[in-house]
Amino acid sequence: MFSGLMLNTWIAATAVAVIAGVTGFFAVLRGSTFAAHAIPNGAFAGAAGASLLGLNAFVGLAVFSVAGALGIAGLSRRSRPDVATALTFVMMLGIGALFVSWSTEYAQEAYSLLFGEVFGVAAGEVLPIVVLGATSIVAIIVMFRPLMLSSAMPEVAEARGISTRRMELAFLLVMALATSMTVPVVGALLMFSLMIGPAAAARSLTARPILAMTLSVAIALITVWIGIAVSYQSNWPLGFFVGALGAAFYLFSRAYAAARRRLATRSLSPAA
Amino acid sequence: MLRYIFEPGFFGSGPVHVALAVGTVIAITSAVVGVFTVTRGQSFAGHALADIGTTGGSGAFLIGVNQFWGYLAFGAGAAAIMELIGIQRRRGRDVATGVVLGAGLGLAALFLYLGTQYSSTTGASFTLLFGSMFVITSSTVPILITSALLALATVVVLARVLLLSSLSPDIAAARGVPVRAVGAAYLMALAVSVALSAVIIGAVLSTALLIGPAATALRVTKGPVRAMLVAAGLGVAATWLGIVLAYDSFYWPPARRGWPVSFFVVTLIVGCYLVTYLRPRRDRQDVAREAPDTEQVCSPA
Repeated sequence: MFSGLMLNTWIAATAVAVIAGVTGFFAVLRGSTFAAHAIPNGAFAGAAGASLLGLNAFVGLAVFSVAGALGIAGLSRRSRPDVATALTFVMMLGIGALFVSWSTEYAQEAYSLLFGEVFGVAAGEVLPIVVLGATSIVAIIVMFRPLMLSSAMPEVAEARGISTRRMELAFLLVMALATSMTVPVVGALLMFSLMIGPAAAARSLTARPILAMTLSVAIALITVWIGIAVSYQSNWPLGFFVGALGAAFYLFSRAYAAARRRLATRSLSPAA
Repeated sequence: MLRYIFEPGFFGSGPVHVALAVGTVIAITSAVVGVFTVTRGQSFAGHALADIGTTGGSGAFLIGVNQFWGYLAFGAGAAAIMELIGIQRRRGRDVATGVVLGAGLGLAALFLYLGTQYSSTTGASFTLLFGSMFVITSSTVPILITSALLALATVVVLARVLLLSSLSPDIAAARGVPVRAVGAAYLMALAVSVALSAVIIGAVLSTALLIGPAATALRVTKGPVRAMLVAAGLGVAATWLGIVLAYDSFYWPPARRGWPVSFFVVTLIVGCYLVTYLRPRRDRQDVAREAPDTEQVCSPA
């Protein structure tokens, strides 16, 4: 379970979980969960295009995820963000359908792009993932304060001269960067579940940003580690375990938060 | 002249007839339901339900039940869970949608894996996303149309209270409208219409037909009824034109196997939406005082 090829899997999955935990925290905080779904899934069209042109899939993924981020941010300027995201997303996938219809041997590859091939990570793929993960985390740390402010209190941020629009674009670009490298390894689906479930769970457990972000990373790590171990034993797809565990963590922390609130009000009421 | 637009044999082809009929019903239902989806800011839920419905289909296929019940059960179940854990604020709702979608897609991975273990259907993941309009069997058409009309009827009957509770939940509640129940009923109707259309035309096209025409109509018209009519018209036009173009494209380069319907329909719909951007900004600000942008008005804070 920890030997040879599996070692690559563990390293890559750990890096992905850290990236997903950090970016997911902001995705949940900003309410851009739809974008978190749209960018990885839509980027898949880019991989189809790249295979058509005989390029490396990474090039296609990078181009399309950045184009998706620009499209969402651009359309959001004058329409509702969810509408902008939906339309950008369907346009990317529509182009993807066209690319796929042109090529002949793409259908099998589509499965692995959507659902990932975690157990077939090559040694050469590990380093780019780690480097890219570090880059996107450094980017988030650099813009942590303005991003935090514009996510939590957009009006205050605007008053302080932080452009909400520019922050949105910057954040979407970081998400696109994180996505383009992780999708070929873990799949669009897994990346999405790993970004949303743990972050949402962490956020209902605590309101303190740094603690919530740390918790989000921790839960993402636990989810992916348990997922890999169980998936290795049972041969069932990792995506299933990550999706199920993420939802379970979320429901558990919602229940915990509700119980704690009830306890707090009960202990307060006799005093009042 | 007409022969250049419609390839020979277009009107005689059986699959084309079915595609046109089913496409029309789906386009109208999606557009009308979509006006409320856009107004309520539930685009993500609309898309998520499409994905989850298809998951149910593959699950039903695994245990040997009629796929129709799989779509319906998963769509309705997911809608119920979203409603249960959903919070009033839009951000919270999107997170709830995201968590449910994550779990649903995980199940999809499992079902596909279990399914491909026994039968080699490599294209399964593909149908999940894109569907195929030309492979509708005529036996599923009546049941599909019935459920679509049922969803449409629910939304039309609820239209007034739904609109009020979408625009200002507080006023609706003050007037005695059961806001939460109306929202739940609407989400069910959305689940049914979206899950069914996703099966036939794929999750991509289903989302496009749900959001695109409605968002375009809300930008160019005033008032919900007119928006619904315009949206339905746009949706039907895009679907028909898409089918015609897909049929025409059979001999187009590079593959000479035809371009996909979903590409044409999506391009037409997104194109329509982008055209509304061409209206100069100055004009909109001038009229803003008396007739503000409908899309903005319709957004509940």
